[in-house]
Amino acid sequence: MEKFTTIVSKAVPLPIEEVDTDQIIPARFLKATTKDGFGNNLFRDWRYDDKDQPKADFILNDASYKGSKILVAGKNFGCGSSREHAAWALTDYGFKVVVSSFFADIFRNNSLNNGLLPVQVSQDFLNTIFEKEKADKQVELKVDLVAQTIEIVGTDLKESFEINNYKKTCMINGYDDIDYLLSIKDKIEDYEKTSKYLHIVS
Amino acid sequence: MGKTLFEKVWDAHVVTEIAGGPSVLYIDKHLVHEVTSPQAFGGLEKRGIGLFRLDRTVATADHNVPTKDQNLPIKEILSRQQVDKLTENCKKFGVTLYGLGHPYQGIVHVIGPELGITLPGMTIVCGDSHTSTHGAFGSIAFGIGTSEVEQVMATQCLMQSKAKTMRINIDGKLGKGVSSKDIILFIISKISAAGGTGYFVEYAGSAIRALSMEARMTICNMSIEMGARGGIIAPDQTTFDYVKGREFAPKGAKYDEAVAYWKTLQTDADAKFDKEYKWSAEEITPMITYGTNPGMGIGIAEPIPTEASMEESNRATFHKALEYMDFKAGEKLIGKTVNYVFIGSCTNSRIEDLREVAAFLKGKKKAANINAYIIPGSKQVEKQAQEEGIDKILAEAGFELREPGCSACLGMNEDKIPKGEYCVSTSNRNFEGRQGPGARTLLASPLTAAATAVAGKIVDVRGVLI
Repeated sequence: MEKFTTIVSKAVPLPIEEVDTDQIIPARFLKATTKDGFGNNLFRDWRYDDKDQPKADFILNDASYKGSKILVAGKNFGCGSSREHAAWALTDYGFKVVVSSFFADIFRNNSLNNGLLPVQVSQDFLNTIFEKEKADKQVELKVDLVAQTIEIVGTDLKESFEINNYKKTCMINGYDDIDYLLSIKDKIEDYEKTSKYLHIVS
Repeated sequence: MGKTLFEKVWDAHVVTEIAGGPSVLYIDKHLVHEVTSPQAFGGLEKRGIGLFRLDRTVATADHNVPTKDQNLPIKEILSRQQVDKLTENCKKFGVTLYGLGHPYQGIVHVIGPELGITLPGMTIVCGDSHTSTHGAFGSIAFGIGTSEVEQVMATQCLMQSKAKTMRINIDGKLGKGVSSKDIILFIISKISAAGGTGYFVEYAGSAIRALSMEARMTICNMSIEMGARGGIIAPDQTTFDYVKGREFAPKGAKYDEAVAYWKTLQTDADAKFDKEYKWSAEEITPMITYGTNPGMGIGIAEPIPTEASMEESNRATFHKALEYMDFKAGEKLIGKTVNYVFIGSCTNSRIEDLREVAAFLKGKKKAANINAYIIPGSKQVEKQAQEEGIDKILAEAGFELREPGCSACLGMNEDKIPKGEYCVSTSNRNFEGRQGPGARTLLASPLTAAATAVAGKIVDVRGVLI
């Protein structure tokens, strides 16, 4: 996993609520057996018409947002299917951060496991970002994971966000959970030997 | 203070805790399917390690499989490659696989319970959000991403933060034509598609206690549709009777010892929940969804809500949903022509669902405009249905019982609903394009779906039941 500390970037506004992972990447594109290339089908049915032509009114087809590393979306982002392909599609496209006022649980975990930072802000702050974006597409956001803050660059508008300390350390250092779990294998074996419950059902 | 059922099962599985961080949770059973596992197997290969506990892992192929001519090679090349990759990985790593052609093959959440792999008090995970189904047995069961699949394969453990607890009480007696699917659609319509996020939900109350295991599975299955981590129902005699004698369930003295333990898996009277809801079963009518998330549900005789009844922030989503569905605010759905019906999925494809559908369809005929997919959840369900003559009843009514798989639930295999068409579906998600690009899904119970298939339009099943 890549290390993550601070990102400054233009942000793509997607002021839609309840964006489910079937929209982020439809099931018919989940057939690959590697993690690469999902970015091409990110938001496939919103981004392209049924003749595979880009839809002019979809935000990712607006050239002014090219190279943006931050996606800003409405509440309950990433709900529905547990497909980690949603996180892979977002990172493969180039996103490093998703900002929303609320994230679905499994999506949040999948993101953190792939170096994609979910930044949960208040509904007011989210609305403010959308307003600023509307007025000026070039507005940049700064996300500082160490300080746990998000700010609208060039303004004094700033909010702090929560992240589990363990996950924060993992993101900053580029560690993943498997490295940690493999390092405590003896503890896991001890649990198996001593658990009262396991002896009953195995 | 007492403990909730969830806390009892959780505490029994904590290997260790990281200060200020997640717990390391031991996983009893890991179910694997072809879509969310290849990258995890690939990860193990890169690290040069195998599975830590092969005896706790079972795989099947369900998402990509066709529901006709399963004896022939899968036509769609990418689907075939993904299923072949699972076979190859299971062989290489030594994982038990109930693949195509195996008498135990089926939807992963159908085969776990029917084989007695799923037991009360367990922790069960799968790279699939509907793993919540297994909570019906009083186990902690939830969906995980592929990185987590790899964690469990490598260490039989997961790093997890403990969820908050919610209890939903449904007391009373269900009315005619109202099933467990209606209960869960009702609950989600009340608390919204995000209302359970961060929670593990216990379903309780006399209406829940009265349900069969299969009906309980339908409820727990859709816990994820309100954002909940999972759903759980305390095990009782119904549970113990269901488990008894199943292939991998404990037998003899082992079974008795297990039941004695399972009986302790109840929420203590003085336990506290972070959130609690209560409804009476009499309030619940047959339900149907009108929009593009499972929270957009109504009693089937009610009109679609209007803007005035909702908060400002929800209006844009509501409009977008109605535009996609081509419905108008305030209109009723009864009488709308529907050309597709799907009866199946991990929500409603068990033998009891098929029995209910067959009992309704007996002596009736499919409407001319209807195209129907009726899909058993597993090879065992299919066999049972044939033994009971359900396939013949369906054939006489103009339907065909196909072969098991996820089918038209998710638009990934050959079974898809065409663009613009409405489909009354017993599955779990009505997201845009879920059943195929441009398809319009209306979620409902098996009984409502069957009644729609006979009428060729949406009907209130209460009016057509004898």
